[in-house]
Amino acid sequence: MKKPLFKLDEQVYEGVHGELTESILNVKCIRLKPNNMLLTREEKSVITSEKIEDLAVKLLKLAVTELPPDVKNALKRAYEEETSEAGKTQLQAILENVEYAEKTRTPMCQDTGTIIFYIKAGVNAKGLDLFEEALRKATQRATREVPLRPNAVNPFTQKNSGDNTGRFIPFIHWKLVPGETIELTVFPKGGGSENVCTLGMLVPGEGVKGLKRFIVDAVVKAGSKPCPPNIIGVGVGGGADISMKLAKEALLRPLDQPNPDPEIAKLEKEIYEALNTIGIGPMGLGGKITVLGVNIEYAHRHPASYPAAVAFQCWAARRATARINPDGSVEFLTHKPI
Amino acid sequence: MAVYKLKTPISEEEIRKLQVNDVIYISGTVVTARDQAHRRALEYFKEGKPLPVNLEGLAVYHCGPAVKREDDKWVIVSAGPTTSTRMEIFEDEFIEKFKVRVIIGKGGMGPKTTEAMKKYGAVYAAFTGGAGALAAKSIKRLISLEWEDLGIPEALWILEVEDFGPLVIAIDSHGNNIFESVMKQVEANKQKVYEKLGI
Repeated sequence: MKKPLFKLDEQVYEGVHGELTESILNVKCIRLKPNNMLLTREEKSVITSEKIEDLAVKLLKLAVTELPPDVKNALKRAYEEETSEAGKTQLQAILENVEYAEKTRTPMCQDTGTIIFYIKAGVNAKGLDLFEEALRKATQRATREVPLRPNAVNPFTQKNSGDNTGRFIPFIHWKLVPGETIELTVFPKGGGSENVCTLGMLVPGEGVKGLKRFIVDAVVKAGSKPCPPNIIGVGVGGGADISMKLAKEALLRPLDQPNPDPEIAKLEKEIYEALNTIGIGPMGLGGKITVLGVNIEYAHRHPASYPAAVAFQCWAARRATARINPDGSVEFLTHKPI
Repeated sequence: MAVYKLKTPISEEEIRKLQVNDVIYISGTVVTARDQAHRRALEYFKEGKPLPVNLEGLAVYHCGPAVKREDDKWVIVSAGPTTSTRMEIFEDEFIEKFKVRVIIGKGGMGPKTTEAMKKYGAVYAAFTGGAGALAAKSIKRLISLEWEDLGIPEALWILEVEDFGPLVIAIDSHGNNIFESVMKQVEANKQKVYEKLGI
């Protein structure tokens, strides 16, 4: 392999000499191609459209075929703890299905969801302008290659686009953070559990009591529909939109990470334990394990409002995250790379 | 709870043996049908037109599979169940007219279907929601694809399956419905949960 070339003023340095020059003189050299040509803008930025697209396709494939370790562990524990026979058959089938999907790299569920991305973007990271288009292309490619079921339908013409893309879809949630790294998460969200998500503008005077009742009622009303055992994401405060956004973000938090605030963590545990005495059970066939976890996120609220959102996640809690470092290297945070 | 292995066509006698909470595995022919296929099948019956497949003694599966095309052939990649309640408006008539013996789906069905199952000898068997890869594993062959004009998820996928299951009998032919009894119990438990949470 040819060594990279560094150009400072008219002097060209090779390989390690160039790196040393940069660090000793504390300057940035111009990178040259081996044939001494100047690099194009795209090449200078180590993050390219192709790189983002490839990574996103990989993450989509990983997400729909392999559950993250915290969800797998929670399902195994659920199987151990389940007491009803019907519930146990369901959890056993789920575990077999999960194992088989991972081994054969086929989607664990035929509903491969609406494709949602979350990006934590370092403000000094390069290539952020490339993401929108690259993620759209990745979604189309993954639909063909993985494959994913086409799930993007125009709500007015009822026409399915056939490739999982459409107006605002895939949806990208951006969050700016300090630094130069980019964290990319894919979150394919199934329709069955989405259909029972609920938002309530509660009575502020009732406080946490009202919130608890709202969560329990939402779970009872959902019954067997969201493919239990579920992860319950709760978002409180902020406003109608903010509470639902927080509820969805709560679903991204691994099950083995309670809320860092000990009081909220206690509430999460209390509601989790109470919901697992309600009796809906795996797939609604009756049993102990109705939820795998309860994750709560909150924002401060307006004195006159108490917005609360409950987001449901089916047991197939599919998500995959990777970090892109400033040098272009990629680390997979939830899965082993494929 | 008993475990049975059934082969299609399934007789009424075999169905009458089954009780809620029993587990069955089906081998033979399973036909997928969702809302649109149910509607069209009943229209065909009214018009005296034959269906592309005789459903007597077979299992109907509420499912819209994820598929891919390989060398001009369809491959079923993932085929878990869809929510059955959407078919509640058709199912009693469907069971009566076509003598289907097993309805497979998720989430359960209502009193009209339960009544029809009692009257005509059929069961509702719950397959684990989301277990699409496991379902695809037991599909041995695509016998034929009919009514493709309804779209991939809504078409009739006529499948040859081997030991498709575990399927939990959630509505039997004696009027028992697990989902109804579970939800009754859940309503009763709710008060205790309220108390536990200090509501």
